[in-house]
Amino acid sequence: MSTTFDVERIRKDFPILSRELPGGRPLIYLDSGNSSQKPTQVIEAMREHMAAHYGNVGRALHVLGSESTEAYEGARDKVAAFIGAPSRDEIVFTKNASEALNLVAYSFGNPICTDERFAMGPGDEIVITEMEHHSNIVPWQLLAQRTGATLRWFPVTDDGRLDLSGLDELVTERTKIVSMVHQSNVLGTVNPVAPVLARAREVGALVMLDASQSVPHRKVDVAALGVDFVAFTGHKMVGPSGIGVLWGRRELLEAMPPFLGGGEMIEAVWMDRSTYAPVPHKFEAGTPPIVEAVGLGAAVDYLTAVGMDAIHEHEKELTAYALGALKEIDGLRLIGPSDLADRGGTISFTLPDIHPHDVGQILDDVFGIAVRVGHHCARPLHLRFGIPATTRVSLYLYNTTAEIDALVRGLHHVKKVFG
Amino acid sequence: MIAESLYQELILEHYKHPQGRGLREPYDAEVHHVNPTCGDEITMRVKLKDGADGGRHVADVSYEGQGCSISQAAASVLYELTVGSRVEDTLQVVDEFTRLMHGRGQVEPDEAVLGDAVAFAGVAKYPARVKCALLAWMAYKDAVVRSS
Repeated sequence: MSTTFDVERIRKDFPILSRELPGGRPLIYLDSGNSSQKPTQVIEAMREHMAAHYGNVGRALHVLGSESTEAYEGARDKVAAFIGAPSRDEIVFTKNASEALNLVAYSFGNPICTDERFAMGPGDEIVITEMEHHSNIVPWQLLAQRTGATLRWFPVTDDGRLDLSGLDELVTERTKIVSMVHQSNVLGTVNPVAPVLARAREVGALVMLDASQSVPHRKVDVAALGVDFVAFTGHKMVGPSGIGVLWGRRELLEAMPPFLGGGEMIEAVWMDRSTYAPVPHKFEAGTPPIVEAVGLGAAVDYLTAVGMDAIHEHEKELTAYALGALKEIDGLRLIGPSDLADRGGTISFTLPDIHPHDVGQILDDVFGIAVRVGHHCARPLHLRFGIPATTRVSLYLYNTTAEIDALVRGLHHVKKVFG
Repeated sequence: MIAESLYQELILEHYKHPQGRGLREPYDAEVHHVNPTCGDEITMRVKLKDGADGGRHVADVSYEGQGCSISQAAASVLYELTVGSRVEDTLQVVDEFTRLMHGRGQVEPDEAVLGDAVAFAGVAKYPARVKCALLAWMAYKDAVVRSS
């Protein structure tokens, strides 16, 4: 490990990692792709806000209201800086990444939006990929059903990469938006954005990235990426659940219709009509997740202090170690790339004749190892590989090679029980 | 350890060597049940016949499915417990098994009724796995109703 990155010091920041499970088992948490654990810095920032500063935001004129507003909007500044957003007003706080994706999907084919880029009807096309999480599939299916547009998708190769061979036939003048995952939550694959974006620009389509699994793990700069929309979520990046982020180009956000109506998203309201607040508040109806935003701001501070490059490097070393160690498990089938290029620390696999639910149960019950088993909200991808489910290990900044050794011991035991 | 109370030897034995597996003719009813939370599924056929005692008997139960050890072993044990028995007796086993599974580990199983199915008692302590154990039994109950 690099000299600046001390995983043992990092682990001390996460109180949950030192808890004991029933029966005196230590916790080995390998499920951060599902949700990450929280450092004291985040827990304390949220506690401190509720204990000393809490009030509603944007409307209360008293001290608490203004301190809360400052903290909430301060979190927006931090998130904007973290992902290189050209303007803080381009950061929309949502409930989660799913809501961010739904918000954008809802903008298309919407009669109250007159911008041609968001017009959608029969003959128009939406392009996604076969490796999407359900949250980047279902909103587009619903959109296609509402508008009569056609949903299409990039296939996935046998080694878990995006198959771009049909790019020019798939993304055409009919395409209105391409929405794809930045880093797969099953395969670990990091998808190439540039060629898809270049083709989308040629044909005038918009591009959205589901970055839920990339923003927590590597430096993501939205301006450098050059796409139009990026969605991610707080709870996977050592922040709290209940808050997600939509980043969008300002002029697009301004052209889009409101998503939810309610308090704080308006400019003026009459009984028969309303005018709307400027972005980002146009998309933040009702009391927002205030304390969660404070927590997300603290999470961003924490990740920045550790260093995204250092985190990425640590995970890369762990992933290389894990891929090597898993090779010694007889019959283990890796679902995803076996090389480290353009790949994150999410490793999914199957064992011959042993169902993932049985794998997960034994790992948890006997060894205290938390992994995820099932289709990980990516059922079409599992169908593509002809399997109902996988066992998934997802690594983060606080994981160690010793935990991977424990996983390998656990898998040997699983094979003994069911062999 | 906890897992050992879940994965009883008998369950693992049935999982590795399933009894009565495969879909067979003739049958009175065929049902297909799925567990949407984990994707486990089973197709089951039931053939009933009149017994010498004047009651209805189970002539055959055949099935195909995919899923975890608990769901697959449950189907195998069900096959052994039902084929050749009076239908009403098997439905009593279904009821007792269902009661056990919903008992959160607090229900004392009636071994006289359950026979080998008592090996699943440990599953009741794992709410996420109860549906796995019940999949085949619910399919059986459904198939019997459709056969009658």
